[in-house]
Amino acid sequence: MSRWRISVDKDLCIGSAMCVAIAPGRFALDERQRSGPVEAEIEPDELVRDAAASCPSEAISLVDAGTGQAVDLD
Amino acid sequence: MTIDSSPVAFTPARPGQPAPDIATISGGRPAFRAELPDGRVVWLVSGYETVRQMIVDQRFSRALAVAPGRAAPGFEMSAAGSISGTDPPEHTRLRKLVASAFTARRVEALRPRVAGIVNELIDAMAARPQPADLVASFSLPLPAQVICEVLGVPAADTSQFHAWSDAIIGDWQRDAGEIMTAVAELYGYFSTLIGIKRARPADDLISALIAARDEGDRLSEHELTAMCCALLIAGHETTANHINLSLLLLLDHPDQVAALRAGPELIPAAVEELLRCTRLGGLPPARVTTEDVRLGGITIPAGEQVIPLYSTANRDRSVFTDPDRFDVTRDGAGHLAFGAGVHHCLGAQLARVELQEAFRGLIARLPGLRLAVPASDLEFKPGMAIHSLRELPVRWGEP
Repeated sequence: MSRWRISVDKDLCIGSAMCVAIAPGRFALDERQRSGPVEAEIEPDELVRDAAASCPSEAISLVDAGTGQAVDLD
Repeated sequence: MTIDSSPVAFTPARPGQPAPDIATISGGRPAFRAELPDGRVVWLVSGYETVRQMIVDQRFSRALAVAPGRAAPGFEMSAAGSISGTDPPEHTRLRKLVASAFTARRVEALRPRVAGIVNELIDAMAARPQPADLVASFSLPLPAQVICEVLGVPAADTSQFHAWSDAIIGDWQRDAGEIMTAVAELYGYFSTLIGIKRARPADDLISALIAARDEGDRLSEHELTAMCCALLIAGHETTANHINLSLLLLLDHPDQVAALRAGPELIPAAVEELLRCTRLGGLPPARVTTEDVRLGGITIPAGEQVIPLYSTANRDRSVFTDPDRFDVTRDGAGHLAFGAGVHHCLGAQLARVELQEAFRGLIARLPGLRLAVPASDLEFKPGMAIHSLRELPVRWGEP
């Protein structure tokens, strides 16, 4: 299975820290309380999938690093 | 550091009264033990960084805090197994089922409807003699009608929710039997409604949750009912009283109301500032430590109840300059009025849209809006976990 690339749209992010709490160590807030990935490319991780699916502002996108296709969030 | 053995007696702010001075009570410690009026001994956590750190840490468990025999008296008694009383992974499963209905994008699509309801309610107020009770004619019906439309609850049933809602968000001063009776009646109501929707699905959230249960087996029948109850209650008195308390704050600052009338584009920032400054309730829900946790240089042992004081975070001078000054032109973003972490308010975006449209409508359409009674005559309902006004008589137009 190929790796996942995480990105967070900081204009959409509302700083809920949902992702920080759901997937510890995967996301961190910056000084403006906007989220970003700790590592942009990771091995597939169900908690990161949960974080992306739970984001209240749909700011997290996950793509398959090999194919560039969006990862299914369900 | 050792645990200091004597907890500080602590009474949460009464509605309309100044909040206790946490910095003095705590002696500057970011976490300290306190004995509450209901007899519980808890840890209170204050300050922006410490509160934020605590509420994203899964070692502070909501499920343990609402476990039988552990729950605080009041509405917490009904939270076990619900979206507000579970931890990941159960919480994540439940939250994902409803998250998509409350995203910023979905809620933005509801904005025209919210604005329409605001206008209808103001039309009805303007057609009747003054003074008007803002609670009955505006601040309660607005969120009630919106959450009922989202869920798919018939509008004709909304009035019967108010009594249940009042009882369920009761606090430690409320008879526990009364709370549990209201919970049982509300569950009964939703069990019946779920049966009706199951036979005839509609384009609403209850029908979507029934499909998730029946087709995907993604939640139990009890969880389905509990979810409907939780969403209805959470979408009610909170927003209603945020409107009330925000209006009281605005009416104390007529220059700022004038600024908003002249520049309605300031309203979204003003709503963030109102969220930052308004104290909606006494004490936020507790968590319980699953193990010993170091927080702000203090060790909180396993099994202790811990309460994050969001209001202290929202007035932390290291984050907000001159924090006690209410200023609609400041960037109040970053406040923790909706909490943070996995229990970040599900309805936060909906509440923002409701508050923005409410104040846009009230300020534009009811110039000269003012209290019709002295502020000292306003009464709050007793025994409520949030500061819930009984009535808010207002006038508008030329004095």
